[in-house]
Amino acid sequence: MTAAVALNSVSKVYGHGPRALLALDRISLAVQPGEFVCLVGASGCGKSTLLSLVAGLDRPSAGTILVGGRSLSGDAGRSQAPGLMFQDPALFPWLTVAANVELPLRLRGVPRPERQRRSAELLDTVHLGEFGRSRPHELSGGMRQRVALARTLALDTPVLLMDEPFGALDAMTRDLLHDELERIWVERKLTIVFVTHNVREAVRLADRVVLLSSRPGRVVWEQPVDLPRPRRIDSAAAATLAAEITDRLRTEVARHGG
Amino acid sequence: MAADLVLTDKKETSGRDALETAVKRRPPSRAARIWAGVWPKALAVAIFLAFWQIVVWTGWRPDYLLPGPAPVFQQLGHDLTTLDLWRAIGTTMQRGVAGFALAAAVGLAVGLAVARSRILRSAIGSMITALQTMPSIAWFPLAILLFRLTESAIGFVIVLGAAPSIANGVIAGVDYVPPILLRAGRNIGAHGIKLYQHVIAPAALPWIVAGLKQGWAFAWRSLMAGELLVIIASKPSVGVRLQFAREFADASSMIATMIVILVIGLLVDVAFSSADRRIRARWGVLDQAGR
Repeated sequence: MTAAVALNSVSKVYGHGPRALLALDRISLAVQPGEFVCLVGASGCGKSTLLSLVAGLDRPSAGTILVGGRSLSGDAGRSQAPGLMFQDPALFPWLTVAANVELPLRLRGVPRPERQRRSAELLDTVHLGEFGRSRPHELSGGMRQRVALARTLALDTPVLLMDEPFGALDAMTRDLLHDELERIWVERKLTIVFVTHNVREAVRLADRVVLLSSRPGRVVWEQPVDLPRPRRIDSAAAATLAAEITDRLRTEVARHGG
Repeated sequence: MAADLVLTDKKETSGRDALETAVKRRPPSRAARIWAGVWPKALAVAIFLAFWQIVVWTGWRPDYLLPGPAPVFQQLGHDLTTLDLWRAIGTTMQRGVAGFALAAAVGLAVGLAVARSRILRSAIGSMITALQTMPSIAWFPLAILLFRLTESAIGFVIVLGAAPSIANGVIAGVDYVPPILLRAGRNIGAHGIKLYQHVIAPAALPWIVAGLKQGWAFAWRSLMAGELLVIIASKPSVGVRLQFAREFADASSMIATMIVILVIGLLVDVAFSSADRRIRARWGVLDQAGR
């Protein structure tokens, strides 16, 4: 089976000469179709860099990245690039909520009636069906992040990349969005690569947790999460596993000097 | 501000989200809004008129050199009924709008080019700001040499006066597009010209409007200077009226014309401000004072 995302010895260097910074060091990782992988690491471990590379927003200095078995280079590859969500919803303030969700479709040349139908459908999926005509600033943080999710889903890519998408939200809202994301992941048979520094969140969501070291980012350890779904972030089993992973993470952080 | 709170409650969202929904202020009635905007201005005008009248009463200058508000407004009232004034305003506004439109086209094109190209930026980026600081009246000797006493001389100076501000507005607007919006735009498939069309241009719009507003102020000043210097005999204009009033030592008529200039400047400023306010309201960045 072709991996949904395959990184082969990917490195990323910023800058040149003696001041060059090695952000990612020969990372190899294969994400299977339908898999939910969480990348966990201390800040500065290059998690966001990694997602930018997979999203095709940046190029690796060495190594190859295949999404659905294909390279991201060139115009054809670029249209294959997975959708990426950030901690900031990054909605366009000059557009209504519905127009934000429609924009990816519009950029692909989908005709207006079809666009409107799809965006209404997507907003229903994230339970914001009635907010299409609102402006982003009229919504709460959690709602904005749902709109961002709907907009990313409008890209219709089988792979979804998420860069600490719920990092700025309060715990209650985050719990709700975990449930939603899990439901959408199952319904749409998505492959998700989710970056977080919150080990509990990783255990709540992931099929597999991948631990990255800091400066340079390297894959240091992997942990499958076999807990039955639906999971609760505060269940005893999840807490035990999270504690184990956290210990492991601490050792790594200590070894690499944070 | 003690505005009423309106909580929106939507059945299809969970209770939490309904509570989280932005709390909206009920907008005040139209009349109240207009009054709130008008009274401070009216008060300021009244204070100014009183000050003016007091200076006249002190006898600092004789009446025929510095008339009081009453004769000036009488003169203005009379002028407003004559075709001459309206024809003069017509000529001046036509020049102003044409010159400003040309300046806007030049400013937008140059601004976009400089914002896009690193080489152009280092070559002429600072020159644009230098141009902006050049008093427009200093351009007239050259303009008159190049174009003689024609409309083109005035247009030339208007464009040189206004275009740098507009270009700077565009450059600042493009520079300050939040990088996260650019990343989001590229991720959802906006590349090349489409990135400009769907992300950069709308994100830069508030800065562009600010640049246009400042550009208009420069254009208007250049135009007035031009009309005082470049007098085209067959064409009555606001500037020509000012100059003739001085030559005939007709102080009332001169000040009346100055008031006309001031009012036109104000009206255009109001138009730009309302465009700016609409944009900010849509973006949700309206400040607390509601302006």
